[in-house]
Amino acid sequence: MKILISFALQSTLIMNQKHQEDLSHIRSMMERSSRFISLSGLSGVFAGLSALIGGLYVYELFKANGIEYFDENYKLYSENLVLELVLVALIILFFALTFGIFFTIRKSRKYNLPIWNTATKKMLFNLAIPLSVGGIFCLALLYHHIYVLIAPATLLFYGLALVNAEKYTFSDIKYLGFCELILGCISLFYLGYGLVFWIIGFGILHILYGLIVFKKYK
Amino acid sequence: MGIIDKLNKDFESRVRLGIMSVLMVNDWVDFTEMKTLLNITDGNMASHSSALEKGAYIEIKKEFVGKKPKTSYRVTNLGRASFVSHLNSLEKLFKTK
Repeated sequence: MKILISFALQSTLIMNQKHQEDLSHIRSMMERSSRFISLSGLSGVFAGLSALIGGLYVYELFKANGIEYFDENYKLYSENLVLELVLVALIILFFALTFGIFFTIRKSRKYNLPIWNTATKKMLFNLAIPLSVGGIFCLALLYHHIYVLIAPATLLFYGLALVNAEKYTFSDIKYLGFCELILGCISLFYLGYGLVFWIIGFGILHILYGLIVFKKYK
Repeated sequence: MGIIDKLNKDFESRVRLGIMSVLMVNDWVDFTEMKTLLNITDGNMASHSSALEKGAYIEIKKEFVGKKPKTSYRVTNLGRASFVSHLNSLEKLFKTK
């Protein structure tokens, strides 16, 4: 009798464990198949560092061109300087993307996760909608020489893109999106200090977000 | 014994659970992607998916992309309902414990 009871107990325990494993298997399959989870926190940290270095370089560039960023009330930029600023921005973007892709590939190799699947494509597509509209919007601002609105616009459209992509990757990314949006809204009322907001939004926020995510999902 | 009886026998295997989980949160998923996600062989994938199709839990679409055949899967309404009730009874099992 005793043996029978202990056998019954044992088999329920084993069954329970099996069902528990089933549930966690289901959860992980749903997660793996619908979300892009190879994004590494380190990508954020290095993207932030590139933005920070780029921002400081731009500040020095202003100085070299005789513009004291925090002194003058309104600033006139020469065509050459604007061109140089656009070039610096593109270089920053290039480095941020390269680091992002590098760390993503590294992470997905390490955890044996597929990179180019439906979830990735969906995430990129949802990121790309606000980003490409924002890009065209900024090109139009450049074209019309309305430079003061460029920094707020990049922050706002980037924030919208992150919130939009949230469904297809770590949901933490929406908090970064909200921070960018708040910062973008504030910067709309402090035109002329775009560089400061830009360094906070793309530099410091990215580094903070990257460190938090890196710690959380390590 | 009541709750255990409600667990769907068709979803017993790990592979079938995986296929159903993936299809619950995606639309059409093709053979290769499903195979890599679940980390199983071609034959394994084919036999389990046809078993699920037999039970009308999933539908299978075969088409040609260029000259290559492509097989995709999608969950049916019956499959969705059955899987949800299967999950519910799994969860109940832990609550009553």
